[in-house]
Amino acid sequence: MTDVPKIRLRDVRKSFGAKRVLDGVNLDIAKGESVVVIGGSGTGKSVMIKSIIGILLADSGVIEVDGQDVTQIPANNRDAVNRKFGMLFQGGALFDSLPVWENVAFGLMQRERMSRAHAKERAIETLAKVGLSADVGELSPSELSGGMQKRVGLARAIAGEPEIVFFDEPTTGLDPIMADVINDLIISCVKQQGITALSITHDMHSARKIGDRITMLYEGKLIWDGTAKDVDSSGNPYLDQFVHGSAEGPIKMQVRR
Amino acid sequence: MNFLALIGSVVLAFLGHLGRLTIFTATALSHCVRPPIYPRLIGRQMIDIGYYSLPVVGLTAIFSGMVLALQSYTGFARFAAGSETAVANVVIISLTRELGPVLAGLMVAGRIGASMAAEIGTMRVTEQLDALTTLSTNPFKYLVVPRLIAGFLMLPVLVLVADIIGVFGGFIVSVYKLGFNPAAYITNSYDMLKALDVISGLVKAGVFGFLIALMGCYAGYYSKGGAQGVGAATTNAVVSSSILILTFNYIITELFFGT
Repeated sequence: MTDVPKIRLRDVRKSFGAKRVLDGVNLDIAKGESVVVIGGSGTGKSVMIKSIIGILLADSGVIEVDGQDVTQIPANNRDAVNRKFGMLFQGGALFDSLPVWENVAFGLMQRERMSRAHAKERAIETLAKVGLSADVGELSPSELSGGMQKRVGLARAIAGEPEIVFFDEPTTGLDPIMADVINDLIISCVKQQGITALSITHDMHSARKIGDRITMLYEGKLIWDGTAKDVDSSGNPYLDQFVHGSAEGPIKMQVRR
Repeated sequence: MNFLALIGSVVLAFLGHLGRLTIFTATALSHCVRPPIYPRLIGRQMIDIGYYSLPVVGLTAIFSGMVLALQSYTGFARFAAGSETAVANVVIISLTRELGPVLAGLMVAGRIGASMAAEIGTMRVTEQLDALTTLSTNPFKYLVVPRLIAGFLMLPVLVLVADIIGVFGGFIVSVYKLGFNPAAYITNSYDMLKALDVISGLVKAGVFGFLIALMGCYAGYYSKGGAQGVGAATTNAVVSSSILILTFNYIITELFFGT
């Protein structure tokens, strides 16, 4: 008997009007595995993650979490599945009307009906895991730097001890040192808690570091899949061009003149 | 594109918009009666809508009452004596039935409707609404329902206060500028006022409060395109809620006082 993948996508398609964004995506992610999806801007990486989470509805195809097809679950009945998820958004997406600790404790109070006092304790413990002190918990998100906002976003994503965490461009907009700090935090949090992770990024350094496996999305399809060490010897011209950041190659950027 | 195709596309866009608004309203109303309800958030919105709108609504009401007294006196003085009674009657009837709810509604639409659209619109474009969903929190329950309930409950309170302040403004002008007898002014006002005048105004206020919150949330929820999209959502919220206030004002007046 084979193990059921934690996440399984089969022939997932999604279009916006005439624009086909996902064109038959197939992907398996095993429990505890960290998979990174790379690809250019606008290739549908975020759409893929949002389709798994249920923020967007796939037009067709199967999206299974622990063997359950989540596309068949009504939107108002997804709580049980959503409890398994945490997500670090590209811009942080912190609630600016709430202090930092309440951002981190939000899921604990809403999902698990934890008391404010208990949730605050847990939030401060989680902030410590991402290297932030209790004082930061009292600040407003607008008072934080970009790197700190990412850390708070990471703390919020893991505070509810999810089984699966999605990372949307976790290092975009950060300086190289802070980006590496975030990469290390992601690795330590994911490995410590045995979390299954699906990340999307353009940042090859980050992809190599946090991914057990890397896969490339191009024109709505996953065109390459392998380990980080295979990236440089893939023989795939699309992947080679992306990895080397070259303007010359089979991937033609749409430049309007 | 030919002329008929242009008309067709505009009509289709309007119907699409109307359908989306109807679904949004039905969804919001269904969440109003299903748990969980967030009393803390409702309370915060009630303070935002009610308490913080008091100065602007109060100022609008007092100057409206004062102008109404002055204008109706100069108007009635042209035709007949006995304007003292007429002024008091006009001020209290106009304020309680029409000016109180409509002016308070329009002022709150400008202040609160715009702020709701901007806040929810910013949350939309910065993915905070998506973040709510990933944290198992329905944005309708967390953001829309508290605003709808608070708008529906607080506008009548604001209008009641506006009625009192407006009548007081009319009293000030009538007594201190026009030289009316204060006791007679109060008696005339009291004798003329019927419960239905106040009730119709409060019903209007409840409907206006609901509409302001609905349009503010709707415009913000469907905003897109960054800062420009949020700006457009804010404008749409104020314009659409103002038009709906004036439209529903006529409909409710017709229901209460139409022959």
